[in-house]
Amino acid sequence: MDLAYLWFFIVGFLFIGYFVLDGFDFGVGMSLPFLGKDDTDRRVLINTIGPVWDLNETWVIVAGASLFAAFPEWYATLFSGFYLALLLILLALIVRGVSFEYRHKNPESKWKKWFDGMIIVGSALPALLWGVAFANIVQGVALSENHIYTGGLLPLLNPYALLGGITTLVLFFTHGVVFITLKTEGELKERARKLAIKSGLVTIVVAATFLVWTTIAFGSVLSGAVAVIAALALITAYLLNLRGREGWSFAFMSVTVATAVLSLFLALFPDVMPASNNPAYSLTIENASSSDYTLTVMTWTALIFMPVVLVYQGWTYWVFRKRVTRQSVLAAAH
Amino acid sequence: MEWLDPLALARWQFGLTTVYHFLFVPITIGMALSVALFQTAWYRTNKVHYLQLTRFFGNLFLINFAMGVVTGIVQEFQFGMNWSDYSRFVGDIFGAPLAFEGLMAFFFEATFIGLWIFGWDKLPRGLHLATIWLTWVGTVLSAYFILAANAFMQNPVGFEMNAEKGRAELVDIVAVLANPIATNQFPHTILGSIMVAAAIIVSTSAWHLSRNQNIDTMRPALKFGLWALLGSGIMMFISGDSLGLAMVEAQPMKMAAAEALYTTSANASFSVFSIGTPDGSSEIWSVRVPGLLSFLSTHTFTGEVEGINDLQAAYTAAYGPGDYAPLIWVAYWSFRWMIGLGALAAFVAVVGLWMTRGNRNPGKWAWKAATWSWPLPLLAMTVGWIFTEMGRQPWIVFGLLKTEDGVSPGVTGLEVLISLVAFTAIYGVLAVVEAKLFLKAAQKGPAPVEMTKVDGSDEEQPVLVGTVY
Ligand code: HDD
Ligand code: HEM
Ligand code: HEM
Repeated sequence: MDLAYLWFFIVGFLFIGYFVLDGFDFGVGMSLPFLGKDDTDRRVLINTIGPVWDLNETWVIVAGASLFAAFPEWYATLFSGFYLALLLILLALIVRGVSFEYRHKNPESKWKKWFDGMIIVGSALPALLWGVAFANIVQGVALSENHIYTGGLLPLLNPYALLGGITTLVLFFTHGVVFITLKTEGELKERARKLAIKSGLVTIVVAATFLVWTTIAFGSVLSGAVAVIAALALITAYLLNLRGREGWSFAFMSVTVATAVLSLFLALFPDVMPASNNPAYSLTIENASSSDYTLTVMTWTALIFMPVVLVYQGWTYWVFRKRVTRQSVLAAAH
Repeated sequence: MEWLDPLALARWQFGLTTVYHFLFVPITIGMALSVALFQTAWYRTNKVHYLQLTRFFGNLFLINFAMGVVTGIVQEFQFGMNWSDYSRFVGDIFGAPLAFEGLMAFFFEATFIGLWIFGWDKLPRGLHLATIWLTWVGTVLSAYFILAANAFMQNPVGFEMNAEKGRAELVDIVAVLANPIATNQFPHTILGSIMVAAAIIVSTSAWHLSRNQNIDTMRPALKFGLWALLGSGIMMFISGDSLGLAMVEAQPMKMAAAEALYTTSANASFSVFSIGTPDGSSEIWSVRVPGLLSFLSTHTFTGEVEGINDLQAAYTAAYGPGDYAPLIWVAYWSFRWMIGLGALAAFVAVVGLWMTRGNRNPGKWAWKAATWSWPLPLLAMTVGWIFTEMGRQPWIVFGLLKTEDGVSPGVTGLEVLISLVAFTAIYGVLAVVEAKLFLKAAQKGPAPVEMTKVDGSDEEQPVLVGTVY
C-alpha cells in the first residue's frame, strides 16, 4: 500500500509538469490579442512554442493515463463526475492544437484570423477550467457511497472554485508573457515585459487570495508552508521582471506554478477526492488505488523511463534555445 | 426517454470518435515510415528528388498528424467519462498499457516530431534523419500498447478476480503484453497502415503523372507506392490468417458470426457473397468456396467450426441466460468488406506495376482509377475494426463484463448527447478543413529546388523554395 502514496506524488509530479509546461503555452496563446500587433508578431509568438507545445500537452495525457493505472477509482469518479467541464477542455484542446498547425498553411488573412481566434479561446478556456476542476477536487464534492459523483454541473461553479479558475487563468497568462520575454527580442520583448508587469500585479493579488483561502479552509501546515513559497517565488519573479532579468524571472514563475500545484496536492493528502457530504464516502489514496502488483510494475517503468524522458525533453529545449526573431520568421516565409 | 439512453449514446460516441481517430492513425504510422525512407534515400544518395519527396510527403504527414494528436486526447479521457464502471473494473490491468503508451510512446513521438519539423537547419543531417525514425518508432510503440490494451478486452489474460473489490486485478504483466491477440493484431495493424500510406502515395503521384507534371519526383514515388502496397498487401493476408486462428481460439462466436454459421459443421465453406432473408437466418443464394471457413479457423479443410446455436447454448450454460451473439449482418459484411477492399488494393498494385513497367505509361482511365485507390485500404481498416469491436458484443471485456454494465452510472443521457453532438459537429468541420488542406498540398506538388551557396561554404546546397514551417 505504501506504493500508492508514492504514486500520489508521481501523479502530482506529472500534473506539475503539465501545468508548468503547457501553462506557458496557454499564456502565449492568450497573449496574441495583447502582443500580436501584426501577422509577423503573431507568427513570432506562436513560433516561440511551435516545437514544444505538443510535447508539453502530452504531459496531461501521461498524467491522465497514470491516474487511470494507479488510481482507477479516482480516474473513473473524476472524469465521469466533471463530465461537461472536461468536455469543454477537450474541445478547447482540439481547437487549439489544430490551429497551431493549420493557421499558417494558408496565406489568406481571414483564414489566419479565424485560427488566431481559436488559439485564444482554446488557450483561455482550459487555463480557466483546470483551475475550477482542481479547486473543486480540493474542496470536495458530493459523492455517493459507491464513489459516484452526484452533484451535477452547477455546484462545480461555486465561488471558491471560480476563484481557483481565475487564479490559474492569470497565473498562466503571466507565465506565458514572461516566457515570451525570454524567447523574443527587440520591441516585442519590451512590450511583453511591460505587459507582465501589469498582469503580474493582478496575479499576485488573485493568487494570494486563493492560496490563503485554500490554506485556511482546506490546508495543512505543510501545504500552507508550500503556499508561502509559491507566493514568495511569484513576488521574486515579478521583481526580476521589473529589472529585466527575464531568464530568472521565468525560472521563478515556473517555481511558482510548481509549488502552487504541489500545495494543492498537499492540501488534498491523504484523500484524493474528499466527499463533502459525508467524509466516510471520500476517495482516499488507500481505497482508490490499484493493486500492489500493478503499482510495482508501474513504479519500475516510471523509474526507468521518466529520467530518459526528462533528458530528451531537456535536450529539445536546448536545441531550440535561441530567441525567435521577426527576421527569422520573414526569411522562412520568403 | 428511449432516445436518451446513456448506453446507446455512449456506444455511438465511442464508435464515432474511435473510428475517426483511427482514420488518421494508420496514415501517421505508414506515412512516417515512408517519409523516413525517402529521407534516408536522400541522406545516402544526395539525390535531390528524394529531398523533395521527403518534404512533400512530410508536409502531408504533418497535416494529418495534427488531427491524430487532437483526436487521441479524447480517447484517453473517454474511458473515464463514458465508461467509468468499466474503468473501475479493469483499471488495475488496462491502465498500465495506457500509461506505458504515454510514458514510452507519446512523449517520444511528440518530442521528436517537434525536433524534425523545426530542426532542419538546427540539427546535423544525420541527427535530423534520426528524429524522423524515432518519431516512427514512437508511433509503432504506441500502436503496440494500445493493441495490448484492446487485446485484453478480446481475450482477458494475466488477471485474477478480486471479489471483495469487484474488479479484475493484474497478476502477470508479461501475459498481458504478450497476449496472442495483441501479437497478432500488431503486425496486422502496422501492415495495414503501410497499405494505407502506400495507397495515398500511389493516388497522389498518379494524379500528377496523369497531368504530365513533376515526373522526376512522382514517377519514383509511384513505383515506391505500388511496391509497398503490393508487399504489405500480400503480408496482410498472411497475418490476417494467423490473426483469425488466434481469434477462433479466443472468441469462436466471432468467427461463427463472420460466416453466419448457425450449426456446427466440419468442412465448412466460406461464402464470398450471399443473399439471405432479411433477418439473415437463412440463405437464398450464395457463392461459396468449399472448406475455406474450416481452413481459416483450423488450418485443415475438414476441421470442425462451431456454429452460433451451439455456442449460444454453451455460453448460456456458462454465463446465464442472455443473447451472446453479436449483430450477425455487421460481422458478416464487415469481415468480407475488409478482405475484399484489401484484395482490391493489392490488385490495383499488381495491375499498376504491370502497366508502368519499364518506362511505360497507361491510359487515362488507368490513371483515374489509380488516383481513386486511396480510400480502399483506409476503408478496409475501418470495417476491420468495426468487425473486431462489434463482433465482441455483448461483451466489453469478453466473458467478464457486459457492455451494458460498463457505462458510467452517474452520467445522464443528456450529457452524453451534448458531447456526442459537440464531437460530431467539431469533427465534421475539422474533416472538411483537413481534407481541403490535404488536397491542396497534394495537388500543389513538391517544391522546386534552387541551388544556393550557404554562407561560409563554397559548395552549392539544394534549398527548397517556399517551404514554410
Ligand atoms: C488494410 C486493411 C486490412 C486488410 C486487407 C485485412 N485486414 Fe483484417 N483487420 C484489419 C485490417 C485489414 C484491421 C482494421 O487493422 C483489424 C482490426 C483489429 C486489428 O488488429 O486489425 C483487422 C482485424 C481482423 C480480424 C479480427 C481480429 C479480432 O477480432 O481479434 C481478423 C480475423 C482479420 N482481420 C483477418 C483478416 C484476413 C483473414 C484478411 C485477408 C485475407 C484480412 N484480415 C485483411
Ligand atoms: C485500445 C483500443 C480500443 C479500445 C480499448 C476500445 C474499446 C471500446 C469500448 C469501451 C467500446 C464501447 C462498448 C461497445 O459498444 O462496444 C468500443 C466500441 C467500439 N469501438 Fe473500440 N476500442 C478500441 C479500439 C478501437 C478502434 C481502433 C476502433 C476503430 C477504428 C474501434 C471501434 C469501435 C466501434 C465501432 C465501437 C462501437 C461498437 C458498438 O457500438 O457495438 N475501437 N470500443
Ligand atoms: C481507443 C483507444 C485509443 C486511445 C486511448 C488512444 C490515445 C491516443 C492519444 C492520447 C494520442 C495523442 C498522442 C499525442 O499527443 O502525441 C493518440 C495518437 C495516436 N494513436 Fe491513439 N488511441 C487509441 C486508439 C488507437 C489505436 C487502436 C491505435 C493504433 C493501432 C492508435 C495509435 C495512435 C498513434 C500512432 C498516434 C500518434 C499519431 C497520430 O495519431 O497521428 N490509437 N492516441
